[in-house]
Amino acid sequence: MKGIRRRGKSSKKAVRESISMGMLAVPGIVLLLIFNYAPMFGIVIAFKNYKPLKGIWGSAWNGLDNFKFFFSSADAVRTIRNTILYNFSWMILGTITAVTLALMFYSLKNAKALKLYNTVILFPRFLSAVVVAFLAEVFLHSRYGLLNQMLEALGKGRTDWYTQIGVWPLILTIVYIWGHVGVTSVIYYSSLMSLDEGLLEAARLDGANKIKQIWHVMLPHLLPIIIIQNILSIGKLFTGDFGLFYQVPKNTGVLYPVTDIINTYTYRALQAGDLARGAAIGLFQSAAGFLTVVLANAVVKKISPENCLF
Amino acid sequence: MKKKKNLGQICLHIVFILITVMYVLPLLMVISVSFTDETTLIQSGYRLIPKVFSTAAYELALRNPMKIIRAYGVTIFFTLAATLLSTVVMAMLAYPMSRPNFIWKKQLNFFVYFTMLFSGGMVPTYILLTSVLHLDDKILVYILPGLVSAYNVMIIRTNYQSIPDELIEAAKIDGAKELYICFKIVVPLAKPGIASVAFLFLVTKWNDWMTSMLYIRDPDLYSLQYLLQRLIREVEYLKQATEMGSYVGDAVVPTETLRFAMAIIAAGPVLVAFPFFQKYFTKGMTLGGVKG
Repeated sequence: MKGIRRRGKSSKKAVRESISMGMLAVPGIVLLLIFNYAPMFGIVIAFKNYKPLKGIWGSAWNGLDNFKFFFSSADAVRTIRNTILYNFSWMILGTITAVTLALMFYSLKNAKALKLYNTVILFPRFLSAVVVAFLAEVFLHSRYGLLNQMLEALGKGRTDWYTQIGVWPLILTIVYIWGHVGVTSVIYYSSLMSLDEGLLEAARLDGANKIKQIWHVMLPHLLPIIIIQNILSIGKLFTGDFGLFYQVPKNTGVLYPVTDIINTYTYRALQAGDLARGAAIGLFQSAAGFLTVVLANAVVKKISPENCLF
Repeated sequence: MKKKKNLGQICLHIVFILITVMYVLPLLMVISVSFTDETTLIQSGYRLIPKVFSTAAYELALRNPMKIIRAYGVTIFFTLAATLLSTVVMAMLAYPMSRPNFIWKKQLNFFVYFTMLFSGGMVPTYILLTSVLHLDDKILVYILPGLVSAYNVMIIRTNYQSIPDELIEAAKIDGAKELYICFKIVVPLAKPGIASVAFLFLVTKWNDWMTSMLYIRDPDLYSLQYLLQRLIREVEYLKQATEMGSYVGDAVVPTETLRFAMAIIAAGPVLVAFPFFQKYFTKGMTLGGVKG
């Protein structure tokens, strides 16, 4: 097994104890080795001209060709730009809306109403992307959809939303916020619950109005959890929500300029049997994500060490 | 009746009621459309209140229920099996990670945490599951991959850490084995945290459609959400064909409303169960802020 470290007199006992404790971790370790670590070694195919029949080791090396192929294509610019822009703007927009909602929850005095609103805002977390896409269609359907009904009522013509590139950044943003703001706002709200009411009382006595209370008491209280939530999001800057981008625009080719992200692109590479290129993109995604999260963590560590992730 | 109500509170409620409408309206629409007569739907589009009530779509959907029943069976089976296994494995894995006297604590924590920061990606996983482990077209493909989620393990570990050390040491002095301590002392005390992690895991599994899309070709093994996606698309094609005139029938086939009935059949149970589990759910999420 692992190397034995000596620690004073009781080292033998400590090792024996640790081994029997460690035994409990074995199933978990084995599963992580197979399903998480083994694929990490599988990324060697990113540097190979992978042929399934020849296997991973039998296929010939081709250096950085797969990367060159991807990065020199227009797809690379498009998918990377889309992925980063959506994720980054949603990180900011998501935080603002979630914090606002959390503050609103905190100001509500009626406990029953609070619970009801909480339930309502959380339920999208229980829906699959398939169902969410379907709910979006209620509004967007070209013949029967609510938006077109409204347009017609206003005397304007129908629009085929599933071919209008321009509106999709907005549609995706609305669907994303609609689906995700519930969870984050409840996280922030429950952090506010642990806020010392005495602090608010003191601020009130000092003549601080509501805005000042929020700015000087509540937001600083929320800051650590906001930071932790967002460091995690930064790590996912290069990884898009596949379900959202694949299901909601119904995988419509016309919309790819604004709906194609790295993950949907990789999926299509996989479908086309172009595994090596898919692996190269995946490696780029993982490496870039890893670097950004480590970097973000280092920055936070420097500014406020108690808020860093690791 | 309260005579004096804070104006601010009233404004808050108004905003929240508007938000509630935004969340509930699409869902009510789906329910309502699924009970609408196809002909009136074609004439007047999706309406919140059906002009002419009809259950034709459900009758059509359930005329051949085997597909749906199978998908329900498959989904219920892998959801329960995966949740159970995952919870047990993670509860065990988190135990040494939380014990201060476990001498490889740091290494084990890093080993688990690293999988959160770096991954092989979709393609190497695909190759592993298909060409190496040959899990494609087997129900195990829904269960085994992703059984251990680093994030959930960290949450459980954080829960364990708040358990007083003396309790565990005392049991040790009494001669209890580690396995016994883990499942008889530590796990029961961390039950609320573990329950909410398990519940979140269960919801994710129930909503899985991507595993079927990537790994399953046998229609008998489709998950419920994937079947829904396929049925919705199939009906769409069928409808296009009808409009092209290649289908000529006397009666109007309720194709459009059929899609809505399917969606309700697939999403319904979770939505009905949701309010009852919300307590656990909220708790699980708020454990989110974990440190490595």
